[in-house]
Amino acid sequence: MMREGQVHIPAGCAISGIISHDGSDIGGEDIVRSIAVMHDRSNGLGGGFAGYGIYPQYKEYYALHLFYDDERAKSACEAFIQAHFDVVNLSRIPTRKHKRIQNEPLLWRYFVQPLPTKLQESQLDEREFVARCVFRVNTDIPGAYVFSSGKNMGVFKAAGYPEDVGEFFRLEEYRGYLWTAHGRYPTNTPGWWGGAHPFALLDYSIVHNGEISSYDANRRFLEMFGYACTLLTDTEVITYLFDFLVRRQGLTLQEAAQVAAAPFWSQIERMEPAERERLTYLRNMFASLLITGPFSILLGFEGGMMALNDRLKLRSMVIARGSKRSYVASEECAIRVLDRETPVFSPEGGQPVILYAKRKEA
Amino acid sequence: MTIWTEGLDFQALGERIRHSQAQELELEGVLGQRYIGAGLRDKRLRIRGVPGNALGAYMDGAQLRVEGNAQDAVGDTMNDGEIVVEGSCGDALGYAMRGGSIFVRGDVGYRCGIHMKAYREKQPRIVIGGRAGSFLGEYQAGGRILVLGLGLEEEQPPVGAFPAMGQHGGAIFLRCRRPPQDLPAQVTAKPADGEELRWLQGDLRDFCQRFGLDPEPLLADEYWCLRPNTENPYQRLYTPY
Repeated sequence: MMREGQVHIPAGCAISGIISHDGSDIGGEDIVRSIAVMHDRSNGLGGGFAGYGIYPQYKEYYALHLFYDDERAKSACEAFIQAHFDVVNLSRIPTRKHKRIQNEPLLWRYFVQPLPTKLQESQLDEREFVARCVFRVNTDIPGAYVFSSGKNMGVFKAAGYPEDVGEFFRLEEYRGYLWTAHGRYPTNTPGWWGGAHPFALLDYSIVHNGEISSYDANRRFLEMFGYACTLLTDTEVITYLFDFLVRRQGLTLQEAAQVAAAPFWSQIERMEPAERERLTYLRNMFASLLITGPFSILLGFEGGMMALNDRLKLRSMVIARGSKRSYVASEECAIRVLDRETPVFSPEGGQPVILYAKRKEA
Repeated sequence: MTIWTEGLDFQALGERIRHSQAQELELEGVLGQRYIGAGLRDKRLRIRGVPGNALGAYMDGAQLRVEGNAQDAVGDTMNDGEIVVEGSCGDALGYAMRGGSIFVRGDVGYRCGIHMKAYREKQPRIVIGGRAGSFLGEYQAGGRILVLGLGLEEEQPPVGAFPAMGQHGGAIFLRCRRPPQDLPAQVTAKPADGEELRWLQGDLRDFCQRFGLDPEPLLADEYWCLRPNTENPYQRLYTPY
């Protein structure tokens, strides 16, 4: 098939997220029910999920989820993994046959720790080491693609409607404190397994509804810091943007949101001096990381998620904040299918809403 | 007659509504089905649950009442009829609306009334009981929008940022003490007066009637009217209102 850069597909997407505040686990079937209600926002060319807290038995290990085109790619990639990591467990990712999910690549999962000698040699911190290994695989090993690389979390995605993808990956067998989901309606790039959302690096994952027009500006800036955008899709670059700002630059999530969805200069001018100075600094320092164009995103991370709209709010998003669970979705119906009571509100464009699981608030 | 909507997709539900002989329909258990009442001319629908996007799109005379919230693009390009929402609504309510009335008891999201237009007897109107989000009446070319801000602090304008951006026809009424400070240059804000007061009073009474509210205290309040500056040639060019 033709992939990114070879074909343009004219085109909505759906996003949904659930987080637990009372320490109770959320079954994968809940997030599937939520995203399924918004079926009409997708077109069957991509669906996916990110689950956090799903691998408690291996929570100290990075869970690498791999797509392989063929056995050759698998051998090459496994040689690379063996050379850089200590693998404590490897297996096929459990799936079930599904009549609407076809052409699946080989799906493998590895629980790993960097080899101490390799890590030391690299003079990198552990997370940076893992991130660089992910980029090595994705750029240098043809037919191998790491689509999930965090600890105690995992991404599951495929070409298909999200509810079918959820059945395919047997999500009802997983439980976690946070789930995000995406139903895809590809704009500009073809729908294939790697191009489905979420996009993830380490424990950061992004699901995104929209189409950003600053892709190239953002990409060129991030490439200077070693981020290789291999998929030519806008969502990939958003994932790296938050990894760069939060993990590498040490910004807070709130600050990172103010870089990506910065207030207008006309609004900054009317602010109190200290706030004006702070926001002017952020806009100037990271001018190339302003995201323009419509987006609503959910950024998943260890312990929580952040919901953010573009500053003009060109995509819909509603939030229901409860004491036990909170929900974020493109449409209210995707929340109501799970919770009929908790009131919904819509954040203003550019105003991040950060929700923490109980573990962090405690 | 009642239609149980669970498990019906938008198409199946639309067919049930269109082919029903009954003039009065109650929809139970609605959950995200789009286009309810789209293009509909003559029925009355009472909707329970959450209707999906584009509720009443292109509607042409029907009457809808939602006992809860609605989502995005309510009354998109609506031509005639009435939509009453007891809860709140999402973004782009009344998008390119060209006739009929929409009454919302709660709040509305961004871009309410974007591209709303009017022509002779076709004078669309939107009344919002709560607060409207940013870009209210963006590119408005005609018709009337009234925002009451019920339940808000008195000093707070009942709209988000950048109201009336690109407005070149029609009128926006805001119940507040002070007009918004971030109006675009081509728009003027003045206390409602003359014919504006007559429109406003009619729309307000209709709104109160739909929700069983007493209009009298509201009629006594201050209202600011946002309209394109008459010195601005674009209004005369596009909308002889």
